[in-house]
Amino acid sequence: MKMKKIAALALTSALVAGPAMADLVFPSLSYRTGPYAANGIPFADGYMDYFTMLNERDGGIGGVRIDVPECETGYNTEKGVECYESTKDIGAGALIYQPLSTGITYQLIPKVSADGIPLHTMGYGRTSAMDGATFPWVFNYPANYWDGASIAINHITDLEGGSLEGKSIALVYHNSAYGKEPIRTLQDLSAQMGFKLTEIPVDHPGQEQKSQWLQIRRERPDYVLMWGWGVMNQVAIQEASNINFPMDHFIGVWWSGSENDVVPAGAGADGYKALNMHAIGTDFPVYADIQAHVVDKGLAAGAGDQIGSVLYSRGMYAAMLAAEAARTAQEIAGHGDITAAEMRAGMEALSITDARMEELGMAGFGPAFDVSCQNHGGPGLAYIQQWDADTQTWSLVTDLIASDRELIGKLVEEDAAAYAAENNITPACN
Amino acid sequence: MGADFYYTIEVILNGLMAGVLYALVALGFVLIFKASGIFNYAQGVMALFAALTLVGIMEGQVPFSHLINAVFGTQIHDFGWHIPALLAIILTMVVMVGFAWLVQKYIFRHLVGQEPIILFMATIGLAYFLEGVGDLMWGSDIKTLDVGLPQGASLWIEENTAFLGGDDFYGFFIDQLDVVAAIVAAILVAVLVIFSQYTKQGRAMRAVADDHQAALSVGISLNFIWVLVWSLAGFVALVAGIMWGAKSGVQFSLSLIALKALPVLMLGGFTSIPGAIVGGLIIGVGEKLFEYSVGPMIGGATENWFAYVLALLFLVFRPQGLFGEKIIERV
Repeated sequence: MKMKKIAALALTSALVAGPAMADLVFPSLSYRTGPYAANGIPFADGYMDYFTMLNERDGGIGGVRIDVPECETGYNTEKGVECYESTKDIGAGALIYQPLSTGITYQLIPKVSADGIPLHTMGYGRTSAMDGATFPWVFNYPANYWDGASIAINHITDLEGGSLEGKSIALVYHNSAYGKEPIRTLQDLSAQMGFKLTEIPVDHPGQEQKSQWLQIRRERPDYVLMWGWGVMNQVAIQEASNINFPMDHFIGVWWSGSENDVVPAGAGADGYKALNMHAIGTDFPVYADIQAHVVDKGLAAGAGDQIGSVLYSRGMYAAMLAAEAARTAQEIAGHGDITAAEMRAGMEALSITDARMEELGMAGFGPAFDVSCQNHGGPGLAYIQQWDADTQTWSLVTDLIASDRELIGKLVEEDAAAYAAENNITPACN
Repeated sequence: MGADFYYTIEVILNGLMAGVLYALVALGFVLIFKASGIFNYAQGVMALFAALTLVGIMEGQVPFSHLINAVFGTQIHDFGWHIPALLAIILTMVVMVGFAWLVQKYIFRHLVGQEPIILFMATIGLAYFLEGVGDLMWGSDIKTLDVGLPQGASLWIEENTAFLGGDDFYGFFIDQLDVVAAIVAAILVAVLVIFSQYTKQGRAMRAVADDHQAALSVGISLNFIWVLVWSLAGFVALVAGIMWGAKSGVQFSLSLIALKALPVLMLGGFTSIPGAIVGGLIIGVGEKLFEYSVGPMIGGATENWFAYVLALLFLVFRPQGLFGEKIIERV
């Protein structure tokens, strides 16, 4: 009889109190082990530390605390899919995924579309996913690979006084879905602008690139672009230095432009350039908040020594964009504990303004932009940064450069239409 | 002669140099397989571990500092000293000998007489364990390895050969690091051959390789010999780790250099030290020439798979490899 009373009391309390507010779940598919760990760690640390700071400083987002369950993918596509399956139902359900791998992204696109969970692939993944009518659950703002290719060519065009007619450009790329992404754009730009394009693939992992750089030495292209990741970047920069290639004519995509990529080559890397979709350095108030609320309290995801590095900053930027989308979703939904569908609506209505960036302690860190159903890809802007081997620092050498959105829009339309036809999707924006 | 001819020569020269680097990795496999019949899957990770340890010692890094800091809330990272390269190499070798002793004492001593596949599986476990220990001990960040080796094109060779092929030829490109690697490999092979032929321990090692039960019956300590062999493989791994680590920085992808050694072993045989060298040279030249001549026609990036095709072609005619021992079983 006594037990029955206790059970009835517990049930009544539960009904009166209503459901407890669940955490906002942002799984982190990270890689802290394996051949790409050196890049995976700072990104994962930046991603985690920003959310920890929001929990410690603000009590989460809109009063709801954030949970970031981490799952190790080892940059392995199969493990990445396993991680997705094992984390998607944590708590009230995952709200967003950022796998930091184009291979994993390609596998997750059909899964997240079926499960109704947003996927944010910031500057990687399937470029045509910027077409929100065909890929309603996938977002790749603020810039994508095709933007990157176009921005690099625009920068070179500026350096060459406005014309690339008769010039030669080599693309050294990781022989994978990731590395092959810019080829179509560069081929079209080559035909349009009159430069010769030479495509030079490097097989995973890229530890040995003698043949590729002997070819570059023989053919003497005016510029070399690189779409590399991991050890491929370090070896390529070392080999370019070995053949005395002018480093200021060697430009990597944003995934080939971290400190990890240039430091091993020592003085030889001086002058190397790379794209970046955000600013660099620690001169932003947000870092002081991370230091005070996370690192100094012993809550940092790593050793706390990566703050301000390029990939840490990128992870933090990705987390900030996710948090802002969640905040937008909460405003639209009118409650704090949002669902994945509401998170998607928040991402699609995301508006990053200069004023908001300043409030976040990140004035000028990234571009202002609005997301819409028609454009999940953001503004497609990037800086060019250059490495100074003496001071061991990157510095921005240009303002934000725009990509050729007319050409990219056409390519996106073609690719998205092909995907829609293959998968029986009727593109639509409500 | 036109520029193309000289560029072909350049490709061959660079193929030979790359082959030496492959052979350095393959040598470690050969040493252990020859003495104990174990195909050591962990050889690539041993090269990584040795290079990590070398950089850690040189920079005075506190081993397991992340773990210590996490458990005790301390903030220790390094001892604040810098150790000269030569002394650090010696200390790293001490670590590798200790590793060899541990491997023998806690793994392979208990697996004597087991099937080769069991021993192979044990080395797979060892590889993952060692990779994890390396991560915990020294961290996952990319480390710059500077032991004073020269790098970059040899300008002397470039300038003095530039006249050969006309205006379109820029002189031979030879990386100074590759030259050093070739010299080191030659010395290493000579030392290993002299050691195995002319020293008491070397002869004992060969006896164990031929028939470990017979060797045991004449008083040779199997434990000692196997520790010796794993130590030698550790030394070879250290040399390979230095050469490869100097090119790309010391990072966890270094363990994947083992993939480059497999076709060399298939071609050169698993039991021959000269076979590892000759196999490395053939694979190096073969893959570079194929990439140079056929690669552009079929989209490039042929080296990884062509090395295996080349090795398989050799296997069709000599299943034991070029220098491997032919096994004749009479029924």
